[in-house]
Amino acid sequence: MATPKEMLTTWDKVQFGAVLPAFEDPEHKKRSKFHSYNYSVADWRVEKPVFNRELCIDCDFCWVSCPDSCFIVEEVVNKRGKKQAKIVGINYNLCKGCAVCVEVCPTPIKSLLMFPEYVDNDEALKQWPTKDNK
Amino acid sequence: MKKITNLKEFACTPDRFQGGHRLCPGCAHSMIVREVVNATDDDLVISTATGCLEVCSAIYPYTSWDVSWIHVGFENAAAAISGAEAMYKALSRKDKLYNEDRRVKFVAFGGDGGTYDIGFQSLSGAVERGHDFLYVCLDNENYANTGGQRSSATPIGAHTSTSPRGRVSYGEKQKKKDITMIMAAHGAPYVATAVPSTKHWKDLATKAAKAISTVGPTFINALSPCTTEWKFKPEETTEIADLAVETCVFPLYEIEDGRKLRITYRPKDKLPVEEYLSKQGRFSHLFKPENKWIIEEWQKQVDDYWDYLQRREEAGV
Ligand SMILES: Cc1ncc(C[n+]2csc(CCOP(=O)(O)OP(=O)(O)O)c2C)c(N)n1
Ligand code: SF4
Ligand code: SF4
Ligand code: SF4
Ligand SMILES: [Mg+2]
Repeated sequence: MATPKEMLTTWDKVQFGAVLPAFEDPEHKKRSKFHSYNYSVADWRVEKPVFNRELCIDCDFCWVSCPDSCFIVEEVVNKRGKKQAKIVGINYNLCKGCAVCVEVCPTPIKSLLMFPEYVDNDEALKQWPTKDNK
Repeated sequence: MKKITNLKEFACTPDRFQGGHRLCPGCAHSMIVREVVNATDDDLVISTATGCLEVCSAIYPYTSWDVSWIHVGFENAAAAISGAEAMYKALSRKDKLYNEDRRVKFVAFGGDGGTYDIGFQSLSGAVERGHDFLYVCLDNENYANTGGQRSSATPIGAHTSTSPRGRVSYGEKQKKKDITMIMAAHGAPYVATAVPSTKHWKDLATKAAKAISTVGPTFINALSPCTTEWKFKPEETTEIADLAVETCVFPLYEIEDGRKLRITYRPKDKLPVEEYLSKQGRFSHLFKPENKWIIEEWQKQVDDYWDYLQRREEAGV
């Protein structure tokens, strides 16, 4: 039987019952240019969420509730030797600015806040509310 | 079965449903789909009925799926997945080496229109024949993809484009059909309800993992708050799902083998239905004095049903 990679070359190589991934290069999980992951919906937004790593407690609520799979995760090992997800950023190509992530973020001062699209992220972090000025 | 322990670990799962799809900002469909497809490490073959999910995740030539995916019609997601499952089984029987190193699971997604209404015959047939698959209904209580017509999942009083509110009409006249119980009555080994609320992420992911690993037909009815047709702000999606549970409008439960019912979450203080209804534009007319009786009717139905579920659980039938 042809390998998944061979089957992806032309349609006549595809065999009945084959389980094909949506990847151009399945071994390296490389997505083709026609995967929506490589499309941009950034122009749907008027406001964007800005992420403040300093305040984040890695509860991953934003990851599980984001409808557009925007949160970029890094797998780390915690003190007890268990793997856990660390949020490292937002994929702004995929974000539509729905603000669900801001809504569900549980930290006392939110680790995610909406800012107008034109505000620079570094500038936004400077404007972040503080304890006395929430 | 994939062990779903805590969110920190679950979030290490590489997403199998990607962004860049064209569902509305804040759409609950993708929250549900992501949790379901991430709840297993097995290979997946998915069929999707026509509706918002299918249309928005497969705009030619794009795809948002990192798993095998079939789109057929509006009415036959269950028929398509049962055909794929039967073929897969037959090929594996004929040739022991056929894909022997893979474990393949079959999942179908349909909207409430594609499940409660037009796709019901194919779903009922597939479950009756006993195929090994999970069917997930994305229940946004209307035909959202075609502009929000009512379906048999639309609850009483809701304004939709074919049950409009007005001088003589208070919106939808019929009660919501109880699809979960109907699927349980088929004797399916596992059926459940679920919501895409952040608080209940584990309830949904565990149910999906359980359903996928169960041999035989399984069914999950997932409430899918629709920001566009229910008329609420996109950021409120998870909160509305949460309120549906806290008011017992959409109780979380599961039924094994058509009989054993277990309530999977019990609100500490059941909130009045107004808390849920008042958040959504589709119910705003119910707060006029002449429509007060509908809210009372809602409360009565919700209380009755919650009571019924608890008695059934207690009796173990
Ligand atoms: C046989 C047939 N009839 C009508 C349609 C048009 N149609 C496409 S999607 C849709 C509504 C889908 O509603 P639902 O299943 O609830 O999914 P949602 O869009 O709400 O997620 C309709 C009527 C169709 N595609 N095929
Ligand atoms: S604003 Fe919405 S789409 Fe953007 S990252 Fe937050 S939840 Fe995701
Ligand atoms: S919800 Fe907030 S605190 Fe939790 S992981 Fe996301 S940004 Fe961090
Ligand atoms: S209309 Fe509703 S279900 Fe359809 S994409 Fe928009 S929010 Fe989602
Ligand atoms: Mg629908």
